[in-house]
Amino acid sequence: MTLTRSIQYPNPEPEVQTRKPGRATAMRLIVPLQGVVQGRGGLIFGSLIPCALFYFLQLYLKRHRSSNSRSNPPSPSTSSPNLAEITRTSSRSNLLSRGLIGPVRISSRAMSIAKPNDSPYYIGLDKASEDPYDRISNPDGVIQLGLLENRLCFDLIAKWMSENLSDSMMGREGGDLSISGITTYQPVDGTMELKLAMAGFMSRVMGGTVSFEPSQMVLTAGATPAIETLCFCLADHGNAFLVPTPYYPGFDRDVKWRTGVELIPVHCRSTDNFILSITALDQAFNQTRKRGTKIRGILLSNPANPVGNLLSREMLYNLLDFAREKNIHIISDEIFAGTMYGNEEFVSMAEVLDSENFDKNRVHIVYGLSKDLSLPGFRVGMIYSFNENVLAAARKLTRFSSISALTQRLVVSMLLDTRFIEEYIETNKKRVQNMRDLFVAGLKTLGIRCADSSAGFCCWADMSKLIPTYSEKGELELWDKLLNVAKINVTPGSACHCIEPGWFRCCFTTLAQEDIPVVMERIRKVADTSTLCS
Amino acid sequence: MKQTPYSRTRSPEPKKEKTRGGGGTAMRVIVPLQGVVQGRGGLVLGSIIPCALFYFLQFYLNRHRNEPDDENESNSPGQNQTTRSPSSGQLAEHPGLTRNLSRVLLSPRSPRGPVSVSGRVSGIVKDAESPYYVGLRRVKEDPYDEVDNPNGVIQMGLAENKLSLDLVKDWLAGNVKEAILGNGKELTIGGIATYQPFDGLMEFKVAVAGFMSQVMEQATSCDPSQIVLTSGATPAIEILSFCLADAGNAFLVPTPYYPGFDRDVKWRTGVEIVHVPCRSADNFSLSIAALDRAFNQAKKRGMKVRGIIISNPSNPVGNLMSQETLYSLLDFAREKNIHIVSNEILAGCTHGKEKFVSMAEIIDLEDVDRKRVHIVYGLSKDLSLPGFRVGVIYSLNEEVLAAAKKLTRFSSISAPTQRLLISMLSDAKFVQTFITVNRERLQRMYVQFVGGLKKLGIECIKSSGGFYCWANMSGLISSYSEKGELKLWDKLLNIAKLNVTPGSSCHCIEPGWFRFCFATLTEKDIPVVMERIQKISEICKLNS
Repeated sequence: MTLTRSIQYPNPEPEVQTRKPGRATAMRLIVPLQGVVQGRGGLIFGSLIPCALFYFLQLYLKRHRSSNSRSNPPSPSTSSPNLAEITRTSSRSNLLSRGLIGPVRISSRAMSIAKPNDSPYYIGLDKASEDPYDRISNPDGVIQLGLLENRLCFDLIAKWMSENLSDSMMGREGGDLSISGITTYQPVDGTMELKLAMAGFMSRVMGGTVSFEPSQMVLTAGATPAIETLCFCLADHGNAFLVPTPYYPGFDRDVKWRTGVELIPVHCRSTDNFILSITALDQAFNQTRKRGTKIRGILLSNPANPVGNLLSREMLYNLLDFAREKNIHIISDEIFAGTMYGNEEFVSMAEVLDSENFDKNRVHIVYGLSKDLSLPGFRVGMIYSFNENVLAAARKLTRFSSISALTQRLVVSMLLDTRFIEEYIETNKKRVQNMRDLFVAGLKTLGIRCADSSAGFCCWADMSKLIPTYSEKGELELWDKLLNVAKINVTPGSACHCIEPGWFRCCFTTLAQEDIPVVMERIRKVADTSTLCS
Repeated sequence: MKQTPYSRTRSPEPKKEKTRGGGGTAMRVIVPLQGVVQGRGGLVLGSIIPCALFYFLQFYLNRHRNEPDDENESNSPGQNQTTRSPSSGQLAEHPGLTRNLSRVLLSPRSPRGPVSVSGRVSGIVKDAESPYYVGLRRVKEDPYDEVDNPNGVIQMGLAENKLSLDLVKDWLAGNVKEAILGNGKELTIGGIATYQPFDGLMEFKVAVAGFMSQVMEQATSCDPSQIVLTSGATPAIEILSFCLADAGNAFLVPTPYYPGFDRDVKWRTGVEIVHVPCRSADNFSLSIAALDRAFNQAKKRGMKVRGIIISNPSNPVGNLMSQETLYSLLDFAREKNIHIVSNEILAGCTHGKEKFVSMAEIIDLEDVDRKRVHIVYGLSKDLSLPGFRVGVIYSLNEEVLAAAKKLTRFSSISAPTQRLLISMLSDAKFVQTFITVNRERLQRMYVQFVGGLKKLGIECIKSSGGFYCWANMSGLISSYSEKGELKLWDKLLNIAKLNVTPGSSCHCIEPGWFRFCFATLTEKDIPVVMERIQKISEICKLNS
């Protein structure tokens, strides 16, 4: 600024001066002035030219960066192997020597996905599926406690299927219409019949306090694509969601992989029984914002996976206020809503919205039949939203994850059989509770405490006494021992992004009652060696 | 900071001049020189300072570009009305807050309007309806039925095959229960209710591989371990786009192409489609020269082409790619180091005498670089089971397979469907009958339909696969342009009540072409359709 001012000032003078050259005193003024004048022209050109050059340089670098990186890894020894390959006498083959040929590359985003699993969650799952425990045929196999699956009521489902399968598929009279109803193209977001049936089932499961509107539903092939679709709809590449930890390890794939959305952990601690606090949420929000990342929403699971606790009504109100204050969305994953076994009451986000005059547009609920009806193999998931734009987009996006019409037909008749559903819900609740009590009691005799929980298929156990060092490393050492020595696949807390080391998620609904002593015996062995070491 | 060295370099020089001062002639030389000298110092600084400033300006713009974008989003149509008065809306909401929670006080602090959806889907929500989808919706609202609704819209816009449904139905009626539950009920319930591998059961892959080689007339043997199953061919194409291209990259696609590609390839992946126009003069077959031209143009525009997507048998034209073309394509792909996605979902629906050659066969025969070829398949067309949502990615690229397997968590097939299809496909007698009967029926319908159109003076491109004919109605359009084509399409839909797909939906470069799907009709419907077309052609001729 000061520079320009000094230029403008002497501006008219040089012309006056140049007319009378030769005087030494005048020269003292002229020479520097002249410099300034020339400098002025120079200033403009000197600004424009380098700017332009610099711009072109950037452009050049940008262009060449991408083409370099393409041919980089495959380029060594391009010509020789190709010569050996070309045996055919096609006319165009002589063109081949022209271009640089190497193995073709896949996209960089797929590259990161194709990498082998590094999370203990998936390593454990793979291990358990390679060598599964069976009481009789493979008693030394790996016992699966890492997959949230409920096998306690398969007998009920099997019975229903064997009685009703043919009827539900073909219609009771073996009607003509029914067959084209399952083989032809169906609405990609699910048939109306299934939406109606789901609405009924959901309000039954959630205690009859809420009613669900079928027109606000979008059905997907499992809850996994439901979450991904919502992320696509709510956030752009580079935006973020707040997620209370510990959280379901699958979120890292569902939310981040293809959408490019980030997850910001909001840490919950054992001293609060892993209950979310708004202060922590606020802190995480502000920190992320400072880093320049835009937060588009909160992703919750209620009942929580892995801890199994519930969000109170009060907490839901606070969350809604928080979301409104920050103008962000809430995704509430309520897939465990029907797995309640305690006395606590489950409150759905939908119920809170029903009772108050909230801005419903920002709330989206994820649901599915994988947990509440123990049918993960059927791949039935749902987005329930109050936001018309989200529904419109999600409906179109379900072309990539629609449910087979055959399955829809089957599930509709299952859900409409109220007698079966009642029996199932009651029996399932009793059996889950029974298993949980047995399992938690078993752990207690080993000196392992579990966090309080009232829903879900797992307990969240504190094994910090068994870990050699109080760190993630120590936790993973214990996990490795459990998996490879004791042959039990559990999910370590670090896979759920838990901030405190030593917590493990143990799913008990994949077991039969007779398996519990076996599991406890195996854990005891590891516990003994751990205490010996330390 | 930056000014001080500037003035410092200048300051010694005036002193030098002072000692020499006086000579007028010398001055003429000195002054410009001085300018140069001074300019030199200035040149360095004058280069660095603006560069730095320019760099920071770009940096600043980059940072701030995101935020205005977001404002645009929330102002996007549909939400306009609500955003206009955020404060009044806010006030109106308050009476609703009967609860006395401490945090309510915080709410008025920050401005809040309605929460917006992400920028990338706001495009999807708005997505101007192409005639393809408009037509499909019209049929849904008012479907033709011979008896109940003889004035309804006849569906010829959806590539669906209803000719052989009776065979499927008979099989299902006899086998459904055993197929899903098996005979030992206790064991198999665990096999359908529990979590299954996302990329499909191994038994099902084996069955699909067997079916594929049967459909492709034993010319190829598919290795089940190279198969990834998805819930329909649509996600199969999307997953391949994800795996082969990054956002902003492009695929070459010969036009006319299946209208759904615009959604499958582009929507969520951010991948572009570069059209490679094919013309009626070549029977709409692909030429490598056109491919090369499109490739170079895309490259010039700074776009990185990652592959070619072809449909063989082609949709909508229905012609097949010759062995020679496939070889040339492979050579082209190798030369440019790009992928080939070959959509062969109609492989089993060939009805002419011409022999279908699969890309799998070519790479089986030759010692070529197989890693760049990926085949999309499915049971929607060849087994007429679109409702079952079964798609296939067949690739010989281990990395693509690894990534695709993991991505199928978002589009896996339900286990009861897989169980049912395993036993359906394992029933060799049924499969063989189905393929033969289906081909015969398709052939008969094709001959009748094309014959009917010919009587009306409408020529079709000779096709040997698929459920359609690609008809040249340019004689009936009022102006030889896309507008004229759409006018005719509108007449066909609203006056004749025929839903057909206009060429422009398939990005055909020549106006006046229409796709008629005849496999949704019965033989009795053909005269009705022809009569309706005739009516329109009379109206058109009267007008012109």
